Amino acid sequence: MSDPVLSVRNLSKSFGGLKAVSDVSFDLAKGELLALIGPNGAGKTTCFNMLNGQLRADAGQVRLNGTSILGLNPRRVWRMGVGRTFQITATYASMTVRENVQMALISHHRKTWDIWRPASGLHVEEAMQLLDLVGMREQAERAAAILAYGDLKRLELAIALAHAPELLLMDEPTAGMAPRERVRLMQLTADIVAERGISVLFTEHDMDVVFSHAHRIMVLNRGELIASGSVDDVRNDARVQEVYLGGGTLFEGQAHG
Amino acid sequence: MSFYFAQFLTGLSSASSLFLVACGLSLIFGVTRVVNFAHGSFYMLGAYVAYALVQFVPGSILGFWGSVLAAALIVALVGVVVEILILKRIYNAPELYQLVATFGVVLLMQDAILLIFGGDDQFGPRAPGLDSVVRVFGEPIPEYDLVLIALGPIVLGALWLLLNRTRWGILVRAATLDREMVASLGVNQSWLFTTVFFLGSFLAGLGGALQLPRVSINLLMDLSIIAEAFVVVVIGGMGSIPGAFIAALLIGELNAFGVLVLPQATIVLAFVVMAVVLVIRPYGLLGKAETLAHVAGQVELPIRPASTLAKSIAGLLLIGLVVMPFLAGEFAIVLATDVLIFALFAASLHFIMSNGGMVSFGHAAYFGLGAYGAAFVIKYAGGSMELALLAAPLMAAAGALIFGWFCVRLSGVYMAMLTLAAAQIVWSTAYQWQDLTGGDDGLLGIWPSEWAKSKTAYYYLALVLCGGGILAMRRMIFSPFGYTLRGGRDNPNRTESIGINLRQHQWAAFIIAGVFAGIAGGVYVFSKGSIFPDEAAIPRSVDALVMVLLGGVQTLSGPVVGAGVFRLLEDEISRLDYWRAILGVIIISIVVIAPEGIAGFIKKIAVKAGFERNEEQAS
Amino acid sequence: MKILKYMAGCVLAAGVALTAIAAQAAEPIRIGEINSYSRLPAFLDPYKKGWQLALEEVNAAGGIKGRPLEFIDRDDGGKPGNAVTIAEEMISKEKVTLLTGTFLSHIGLAVTDFAKQNKVFFLAAEPLADAIVWKSGNRYTFRLRPSTTMQAAMLAKEAAKTGAKKWATVAPNYAYGKEAVAAFKKELTKLVPDATFVEEQWPTVFKIDAGPVVRAVEAAKPDGIYNVTFGGDLAQFVREGNLRGTFENRTVVSLLSGEPEYLEPLKGEAPKNWIVTGYPQGAIETPEHKVFFDAYMKKWGEAPKLGSIVGYNVVASLAALLKKADAYDAETLVNTMKGLEVMSPSGKFTFRAQDHQATMGTWVGKTDVKDGAGVMVDWFYADGADYQPSDEEVKSLRPAE
Repeated sequence: MSDPVLSVRNLSKSFGGLKAVSDVSFDLAKGELLALIGPNGAGKTTCFNMLNGQLRADAGQVRLNGTSILGLNPRRVWRMGVGRTFQITATYASMTVRENVQMALISHHRKTWDIWRPASGLHVEEAMQLLDLVGMREQAERAAAILAYGDLKRLELAIALAHAPELLLMDEPTAGMAPRERVRLMQLTADIVAERGISVLFTEHDMDVVFSHAHRIMVLNRGELIASGSVDDVRNDARVQEVYLGGGTLFEGQAHG
Repeated sequence: MSFYFAQFLTGLSSASSLFLVACGLSLIFGVTRVVNFAHGSFYMLGAYVAYALVQFVPGSILGFWGSVLAAALIVALVGVVVEILILKRIYNAPELYQLVATFGVVLLMQDAILLIFGGDDQFGPRAPGLDSVVRVFGEPIPEYDLVLIALGPIVLGALWLLLNRTRWGILVRAATLDREMVASLGVNQSWLFTTVFFLGSFLAGLGGALQLPRVSINLLMDLSIIAEAFVVVVIGGMGSIPGAFIAALLIGELNAFGVLVLPQATIVLAFVVMAVVLVIRPYGLLGKAETLAHVAGQVELPIRPASTLAKSIAGLLLIGLVVMPFLAGEFAIVLATDVLIFALFAASLHFIMSNGGMVSFGHAAYFGLGAYGAAFVIKYAGGSMELALLAAPLMAAAGALIFGWFCVRLSGVYMAMLTLAAAQIVWSTAYQWQDLTGGDDGLLGIWPSEWAKSKTAYYYLALVLCGGGILAMRRMIFSPFGYTLRGGRDNPNRTESIGINLRQHQWAAFIIAGVFAGIAGGVYVFSKGSIFPDEAAIPRSVDALVMVLLGGVQTLSGPVVGAGVFRLLEDEISRLDYWRAILGVIIISIVVIAPEGIAGFIKKIAVKAGFERNEEQAS
Repeated sequence: MKILKYMAGCVLAAGVALTAIAAQAAEPIRIGEINSYSRLPAFLDPYKKGWQLALEEVNAAGGIKGRPLEFIDRDDGGKPGNAVTIAEEMISKEKVTLLTGTFLSHIGLAVTDFAKQNKVFFLAAEPLADAIVWKSGNRYTFRLRPSTTMQAAMLAKEAAKTGAKKWATVAPNYAYGKEAVAAFKKELTKLVPDATFVEEQWPTVFKIDAGPVVRAVEAAKPDGIYNVTFGGDLAQFVREGNLRGTFENRTVVSLLSGEPEYLEPLKGEAPKNWIVTGYPQGAIETPEHKVFFDAYMKKWGEAPKLGSIVGYNVVASLAALLKKADAYDAETLVNTMKGLEVMSPSGKFTFRAQDHQATMGTWVGKTDVKDGAGVMVDWFYADGADYQPSDEEVKSLRPAE
């Protein structure tokens, strides 16, 4: 196996006396889809926030292609090729779909300080290609404010792909979607990352999505990594069973709104 | 020693008076997020009503206190009427709308009080039974001061009990923390807001009525108290009543001892303290960071380059502006020059406010700095008009550079209040630094160069500078930088997460807006020949807000239309008696009935009539 | 578009006006009057009543050379920029012969400078700032009311007689207050070289925190107090001082405090024995004042205030000017105004050729309380002509024309 894209060692964070993330270590290979699962409060989002620089870690190492990115602010981390999508969609409501993607491209090409050229003509081609990729070309001129939820998620994906990231951090990419849509979006994501060789770390509550798309699964409980491996390994892991026991379903169910 | 103790007591009584006014303002803001400019008017009304009532019961102790309470109650009811008729309709609008609407109430109340009570200063009687002094360590202290000293903590305690020991209070506190949550609990939020307004206005009226034995009652009380009350509320932390108490103590004692040490600097002192507090604690002494992102109100549609129709209209307007001097009388040229200046000023505010989501309540600071910058070149450097017009934007940019750095660290109404504080610092400096600025007497004799001396020539100069400025800003709005600002307004998190340093962009936008406001100020000073601190004062800032709102916040042509209409309207109606009331009613009506402003309204009509593209059909 | 429409209106109006001029022989003489009516109704309401009365009288007596006198009065809202725009409008659209008015010093100064730039005759009615006739004085500007320095000199002369040496001053913290204190110091030390000033208080105008100010004055233990605060500030200052006995056994001299505008609101709490400038309305027995007083009472049902007499004298001055001048261009008006004598309710005064200041005086006396109201007693009329600096000094104070 080649060197990992992302290498995490002994990542830890506590809030007050509470250990939110404790001693987490893992590698993420090029083109790999790695799912990070666990009950609410297990430390998934804290992990994500430390990886992309929103949160300062107490200890540990995070290397992207061998370069340490721990302690860098989110903007720097993004510049180094780490994209992120949000659990709650974050798009520009007063811009069109195309402009939303153009914004990310403008930032990627470092043109945000240009006060003179009209922005509308910048990187149109690139933006349309990205929208094509996520199946949003037809809606390019619509305002983001009036998009259906599933389309917003697609738009988010297009935005996240704009700076040609090597690594995508996806926080609950299918949250709030209808089951059929979830599978479709995840399939789309899987296809794109496979084609472009992007590595993905994602959290997800829907186990169907996880089991059908993740190459590998890690389970986090109370800040500790309790299992890691293939879908089957994790499913049959005794400790994982124990953590999730008693809920009727294997993993906690969550009402999606 | 006893002298200083007595001075301390005097400071305490001033602090109590200040707290009574400020706590109501803070309470209203905390729950409803309304920056209530009319709070000073309620204070003034309280004083006038109490004065009128006391006349019926001269010399009676019960009569005096009864009058004070009755006045506060009447003011509370007036406050409720204002809340129900005006504010209730605009709670979901951005804070600008509420501020401007309450400013409309200020104008209306000024004329209403003038009409009812007359214009003469009134001097109320002393409080019966409390009209002499007691000796404290041999120093004479007025009895009434002691009562006030006691009243501050009593009101603080009563408010604490009300907020912590009653169901109503618990709901109010919950609403202060999270409005949406309270609404989702099935509480009738509308009723809650009305009661809060009742209490807040009651406190304002009480504050005013209690001043009866201390101050003379006049028509300037409203704006003079509101600036001070804002200082207290901002220092204490907006929405925090204990904070207001501490801040009132701070300011009261600062005044009491300040006059002993630095009697000349009393005005600047309070604002400097406010600025220092805000730099160290951006949300005030006991204030908490805004928990919720501010409600943007209606979601805006994407901006589009002007349609053919709009372009033709703009083209016609431009041709009209160019040929105007050949058709119109000299005064029309003078007025048109005024309109151009204010259009640029309003557009510069619109640039950061509408496009950037940064509300400035103190934009006059940069207008004033520009005007003074230009004046300094003429007065002290013997420079030419051309040089002065270059200095104007530089001076304004320097101010925006410094104040902007602090302001962009905050957002929403907290930022707005900091911009207000910044403007007050500029104003009070211009007012007090007499050697440099001439103080209130201003700087005179700042007239254009020989070639621009005629009204027509100067008009063309203004047309080039102001028209050019407006077009330049318009172009910037469509540039990547403009889009970045709009992105930051729509969704700051998203903006940061695509690698953009939003705060830096906002800071730059603040400076750009300052530059153009400064140009407007520079052109202004040469059109009037003189500059006074008034140009950086609160009313000038409000003018800009009203112009933007009148034209339409969400319309790119809004500030231009708004400036034109506002200036011509002001010129027209100031010929009438009670014109402030008329202006107040117009402002309130626009905010409540046509919040999209005039340009927005026309656009809406044009879309309906099919002249303009409907955004939804455009896909 | 709005502007175009507006302009079309202007053109039309101008056309109509021109036709009207041709048609009517007894075209009124139009005077542009700018003031801060909405901002300061307490002071400007009596002023307006004063000039309205005088205007009526002038026109009832046949006007000026058969032409009626007409005032175009406008409110500047207390904004100097607006005042200048209105001045522009009055010149170019209303076609006024000359400008007058203003109360606030800074607005007076703005119009003063406008008059100079545009070569328009301007009679500043009420503003007190010395700069209007001195530092910023110009060929086209005259001023009616006695200036800060004149009134301070009147008080200094009386203060010198009291023997008080250690002085404290209380003045609002802006140009007027600073000027009034500086003038008083200068005049007093001329008369009492060993006078000292031990305390200066500068409360914010209209925002005095009187308690601390009074205490600070007291702490300095002065023999005399010189007060410049007025209006609401004065009322608070008086009340706090009375309460604490600050004024007992001290000489107090106070600028303008005898003017009914400021004295009346104090009612029974008016200070006693202060030396003030002011206006003892009803007590003035000169025939010319009696006529004015009665006419004013009859028309308005109230006694005149100081503003009333200033307003009245504005019209009296302008009527005298327009009667004497043989042409109404600015240059002729200015030349005629220099040394012009005016008969008025307050007596005869002239507009000095040296600095364009009227020698209209004011009344100086002591305050007292009678029947629950503040009044002036032991007063005399101080003629402005007696309180002028030397001509050389004036020359050095005024920029060369």
